[in-house]
Amino acid sequence: MLLIHCPYCEEDRSELEFRWAGEAHIARPENMAGITDEEFAEFFFLRNNEKGLTYERWRHIHGCGRFFNAARDTVTDKFLMTYKAGLPKQPVPGVSATEKAVETCEQTEGDAR
Amino acid sequence: MAELATRTLPLAGAHGGSAGVRLTPAAPAERLSLRARAEDVAALSQSLGLDLPTKPKTSASASGRTALWLGPDEWLVIAEGAGSSSSDLKAACASSGVLHSAVDVSHRNTAILVEGPGSAAAINAGCPQDLSLKSFPVGACTRTIFGKVEIVLLRTGEESFRVEVWRSFSDYAFGLLAEGARDAVL
Repeated sequence: MLLIHCPYCEEDRSELEFRWAGEAHIARPENMAGITDEEFAEFFFLRNNEKGLTYERWRHIHGCGRFFNAARDTVTDKFLMTYKAGLPKQPVPGVSATEKAVETCEQTEGDAR
Repeated sequence: MAELATRTLPLAGAHGGSAGVRLTPAAPAERLSLRARAEDVAALSQSLGLDLPTKPKTSASASGRTALWLGPDEWLVIAEGAGSSSSDLKAACASSGVLHSAVDVSHRNTAILVEGPGSAAAINAGCPQDLSLKSFPVGACTRTIFGKVEIVLLRTGEESFRVEVWRSFSDYAFGLLAEGARDAVL
């Protein structure tokens, strides 16, 4: 079982108390009515789905009920750090956020391998 | 036709437990879901007659009222022994004069008292919390999960807990606690 540190409860709690709430730090366009359909789709539907370090929103739904942000490694599933909602994207010590280790299905499993 | 409407608790008549754990449905109580901003906590504390806790996982008790910290701006206030539909707590909050949200949830919740040397083990049958006295001392409280239902857990003594659960889930919670109580003495 994963233990997740809730920045509001200031404690490691079981993953059973938490819910995932999508990618973090997605700014809602200020002129929602003015943007094109493509720009809206980019904001609303398209996510980076990065391999490695990702920033996500989580909610301590069966605890304090708060949303917070977490930096998580999608390869190891490890939570690298968590911080309160509203804070800017926090750098994770020892991990570069610009890491580009893009492996596509074609490269690893398809015929092109 | 009946002259009198009697109130039946959702867990009325339920009994369970084992050699090491006693399970009892708690008496009716008045409950308030209270939400307020940090700057209004002092005024609300004064009108409720207790200090609303501001540290995670803590509770405060005074003159039959208990306030449980659920979140940074959320408390569950329980007034024991207030079985009638009196609204003392809401009135007390209203007299503070500060902006807040107070919702009476007396009938939404019911409570199960878990007592005895195996009480922590019985709760841990479905709850991932660390219930050692070091990390969950007397007076500690939290909203957490018990099996498939959400509960609010309050440690009232070294070997006694109060499990607050929504009334429609209370049969499930009581049943799972009874299972846990049986396992706790093995």
